[in-house]
Amino acid sequence: MNKILQSICIFLVVIALWQLIVSLSGLPRFILPSPMRVADAWWQNRDLIFTHSFYTLTEILIGLMIGSFLGIITAIQLAYSKYARILLRPILIFSQALPVFALAPILTLWLGYGLWSKVAMAVLIIYFPVTSAFFDGLMRTPSGYLDLAKTMQASKSAVMRHIRIPAALPNLASGIKLAAVYAPIGAVIGEWVGSSNGLGYLMLLANGRAKTDLMFAAMITLGVLSVVLYVIADKLAHRLVPKRQL
Amino acid sequence: MIEAPTFIARLSGSAEMQGEILFSPLNLELCQAQWTCLLGASGVGKSTILRLFAGLETHVNFKGKIESNDGLALAPKIAYMAQSDLLLPWANILDNVMIGAKLRGQQLELERANEILERVGLADQSHKKPTQLSGGQRQRAALARTLMEDKDIILLDEPFSALDAKTRSEMQDLAVDLLKNKTVLLVTHDPAEAARLAHTILVMTRDNLTPMPVPDGAIPRFVDDPKTLQAQGHLLKYLRTMS
Repeated sequence: MNKILQSICIFLVVIALWQLIVSLSGLPRFILPSPMRVADAWWQNRDLIFTHSFYTLTEILIGLMIGSFLGIITAIQLAYSKYARILLRPILIFSQALPVFALAPILTLWLGYGLWSKVAMAVLIIYFPVTSAFFDGLMRTPSGYLDLAKTMQASKSAVMRHIRIPAALPNLASGIKLAAVYAPIGAVIGEWVGSSNGLGYLMLLANGRAKTDLMFAAMITLGVLSVVLYVIADKLAHRLVPKRQL
Repeated sequence: MIEAPTFIARLSGSAEMQGEILFSPLNLELCQAQWTCLLGASGVGKSTILRLFAGLETHVNFKGKIESNDGLALAPKIAYMAQSDLLLPWANILDNVMIGAKLRGQQLELERANEILERVGLADQSHKKPTQLSGGQRQRAALARTLMEDKDIILLDEPFSALDAKTRSEMQDLAVDLLKNKTVLLVTHDPAEAARLAHTILVMTRDNLTPMPVPDGAIPRFVDDPKTLQAQGHLLKYLRTMS
């Protein structure tokens, strides 16, 4: 309860500060609209915002699922085999060094203006944090467990399944929580480059027509969406991983 | 005529770590159905000896051989119990006890696991997670897991050292009872534990392995048995002269 109250207080302080800046600076509303104006724009355009939110959320969720799945598989492969580490690690790091903004137009060219180019962007952006967090966990299994497994004549795959993967679940949970925050960024970048749907597209459209209040409304909706996704991922992580392990 | 006990496993050789001698050539024999207690200063290589028997990574350069009396590989005959209980925190006690079979892809023996849990007094705790148990209960669960392995040779690396005095002595009694007919190598820092449990007491230094006098009587010896207390005192005195 305290936490909720705290969040509400912080939210109110931010709104008050925002209003104060608007009032004191006297900036025109197409540069910085007031919170009330943004709230009004949100209410007036709620159907539009909901429709576009649905598109973005779909992209994010599919991206999260595919990216997490690929990250999990890659991390297990990397942990399993030294050769996979030699081969895949540089590619993985190289993929992170590439700016996603640069890849967005190519992905749109390859996958079209529809859903899949945005899903691909979300996948690209979350693949590394999930892989890296889970791989770290897989490589840090307490040595005592591995010793015990060795004296029990365990096979490599059994150790992976019954010890290393469960021991690394808290790390995977951290990776997925990060992914829940990053995935919307990927999807929105994709929408900016080429789309006729989604909150990113709506922001770009509103910005182009100097409807800054609508742009802010769409941006705040995206922020709330990210926070909700993070909270859901956090709750799921707590449910899946025993408390003492988190 | 009393038959001399025959060795079931033997380690002979020396070890170096980063070019320095960890221990000089020694010969350590584990005799059938006997408890051998290995004492010595910290860092002298007691746990290394135990890990060598278990076939675990030691980071030392061992020159010598580790053999069993029948010439077969030693590793499949060994069960291991460490100072830390090594219970998997995500699995309940029953699953922890059966982890060996799971790791080998064998059929789970649920009935036997429950029977063993009953013998260690944890029958009513089998569905709890390790974090819900006390230190003593956790070591009982680890002992149950070791028993479940049903191996001839049991390697114990200071398994009771983290427990309070009362629980420790209870665990010692339980371990002797449950590991009857097993060949046990116990690495310990505690002269009282060695005096209570050992058929053979060996003190390890960098240069050699010295056998120490062992009190008469079956194990576990009574904690207040004068001969056991005398042996404990003698052992402690000897350990103090070494440092």
